[in-house]
Amino acid sequence: MIRRPLRPLARIMTARARGENPDRIEAEARAARMRQRHKAERLRAEYRLLLLAATFLLAFGTVATRMSVLAASDPQEPRVASAASQIVAQRADIVDRNGAILATNMMTASLYAQPHLMVDKPAAAAGLARIFEDLDETDLLRRFSGKRKFIWIKRSLSPEQRQAVHDLGEPGLQLGPREMRLYPNGRLAAHILGGYGFGREGVHAAEVIGSAGVEFTFDRYLRDPAEGGAPLELSIDLSVQAAVERVLAGGMRLMNAKGAAAVLMEADTGQIIAMTSLPDFDPNQRPKPPVSGDPSDSPIFNRAAQGVYELGSTFKIFTVAQAMELGLVGPDTMIDTKGPLTWGRFRIRDFRDYGPRLSTRDVIVKSSNIGTARIAVEIGAERQAAFLRSLGFLDPVPVTLPEAGKTKPLVPKRWSEISTMTVSYGHGLAATPLHLATAYASVVNGGLRVTPTLLKSDRRPGEADRILSEGTSRILRGFLRGVVEGGTATLADVEGYRVGGKTGTADKPRHTGGYYDDKVIGTFAAIFPANEPKYVLVVSLDEPEDRTGREPRRTAGWTAAPVAAEIIRRIAPLMNLRPLPKEGGEGISAVHAAN
Amino acid sequence: MRTLIYLSAGMAVIAFAFWAYQVNYATQEAMREVDDLRRQIALEREAIAMLNAEWAYLNRPDRLRVLAEAYFDQLQLMPMTADHFGDPALVAYPPEDPQMADAVLQAVLGASQ
Repeated sequence: MIRRPLRPLARIMTARARGENPDRIEAEARAARMRQRHKAERLRAEYRLLLLAATFLLAFGTVATRMSVLAASDPQEPRVASAASQIVAQRADIVDRNGAILATNMMTASLYAQPHLMVDKPAAAAGLARIFEDLDETDLLRRFSGKRKFIWIKRSLSPEQRQAVHDLGEPGLQLGPREMRLYPNGRLAAHILGGYGFGREGVHAAEVIGSAGVEFTFDRYLRDPAEGGAPLELSIDLSVQAAVERVLAGGMRLMNAKGAAAVLMEADTGQIIAMTSLPDFDPNQRPKPPVSGDPSDSPIFNRAAQGVYELGSTFKIFTVAQAMELGLVGPDTMIDTKGPLTWGRFRIRDFRDYGPRLSTRDVIVKSSNIGTARIAVEIGAERQAAFLRSLGFLDPVPVTLPEAGKTKPLVPKRWSEISTMTVSYGHGLAATPLHLATAYASVVNGGLRVTPTLLKSDRRPGEADRILSEGTSRILRGFLRGVVEGGTATLADVEGYRVGGKTGTADKPRHTGGYYDDKVIGTFAAIFPANEPKYVLVVSLDEPEDRTGREPRRTAGWTAAPVAAEIIRRIAPLMNLRPLPKEGGEGISAVHAAN
Repeated sequence: MRTLIYLSAGMAVIAFAFWAYQVNYATQEAMREVDDLRRQIALEREAIAMLNAEWAYLNRPDRLRVLAEAYFDQLQLMPMTADHFGDPALVAYPPEDPQMADAVLQAVLGASQ
């Protein structure tokens, strides 16, 4: 900026020459300079005022916005979130039908290491190896010496182990709280419950997730906070399940079987009261699935809901049921049982020759393959397949277990006439014991198709589910009672409970094709009390052999039937089932029907 | 008069300030208490869950069976069978007359010996 002098020499000289006062020029210049300065100052002041106004506007605007947000939002208590009650009920309990606990949660501690905080790494490794037998000292030391700053060592500790780790006094070993799943009854109902694992895990908590069984199927329900920790109620009865498992384990040992399965179902509703598969496992430490060998030999294999077996003569009742429903035969119709029955290169034989003719009732009671096959031919392949489908034999069991949904029964690829004949007595179609129990319940409860379920519910099948008439169902119950009274399953009789049922012995298929001569699956499907069945029990033994006689006996009547009888003897009183008086006889006077 | 109004207004301000102060502290105290109770409830819940688990563990069928066998000489517990059911019709009604009851009892005892 060019600074103008107050007294410019040129103008003063001219003014002097004219005789004017040069001071006026100076005053003029001074005034002009002053005006300029005022103008600049006003501009700056205006700018400052604007800035100030904007600042205040912004500040009050912020306050106003915040206030309106606070006024519009719901009141919230910030402390609630910190309450520790959230952690306790993270996963709901599982209880049996009477409320006894089958699975619950327990606080435990996880152990992790932070090697960079460690004082004495070799001592820590040695100490841990002493506390936990499955940890290796050199391996631990190698992990501690690495670059990692965080290492999980144990997912859950017992209180004793926790104290022992504390006593090591190593600052680099830290304990974190977390919940774990506890199955207080140990092996009981292991296949139903499944097992658990940890999902996302942090230092302060870990997610417990179901890895199999109902824990897996109902994982979302069990973890849903909206349920408020309401327990999952199963249809299982703890004491009945325990008795079934115990008797079945004893029976399996006595009969030298390598595996066994049992399903106990309410005939009217399809609710499963007990279901077991042996050998079993402890869900607290669920074993890993086998990587080699036959998966069905693993304890985690559920023979009751996952194992498909040819269930043998237990199927005959379905063939006869359908034939009677269609009006093809009556209970006393004589069936030609002259054997062997040849069909192409196939020959169908009976266990023993039962003479040229048997009544329909005796075909069931004596278990004649030839008789059943002849009835099946009358029915025809299409109608047979449709009826078996209505009983659920052609689809996976709709029960809430993950493995059951994946298990499709094995059915004949082409349902030819010979398939019709073999399927009629339970060969050529493999299904699970749970399928069988469901079908028996549907057939004997008056002919209403039941849906098997593991959940306690009041759902009952209605007329829409009818597959057989009431009358047919009643006659079939008589047949089944006849089998136990004087047929192939006399060993299954239990005084007071009028057991009815049907045996089934099927040769085990070889992996290479064909069948073993000396390995069978013995199955007994029982109903009790036979005149008004409340329960259906299916017992299946894998490779049973009764060696008490002169030669080994493998038929189901000698193996599965007595085991089933012992189970019924033990569980019927537990289920509050009163013994009934002898049929026809006097018995105890005035005993009411079972409650 | 005006002095009196000023004075009373001043007193009122002090009184309200005191009251507000007290309420504020009472609220904070109550909130602390609620927090404490919540924590206590959480701890109790945890303890109940643990006790339930322990109860279930101690009552597991395996253990009860072992105990029933170990103390058989005192408890004489057996698996329940059909024979254990009785019928109300088989139980004799006590006679109306108490003296008769003694006679019936004697008769029953005599019969059983």
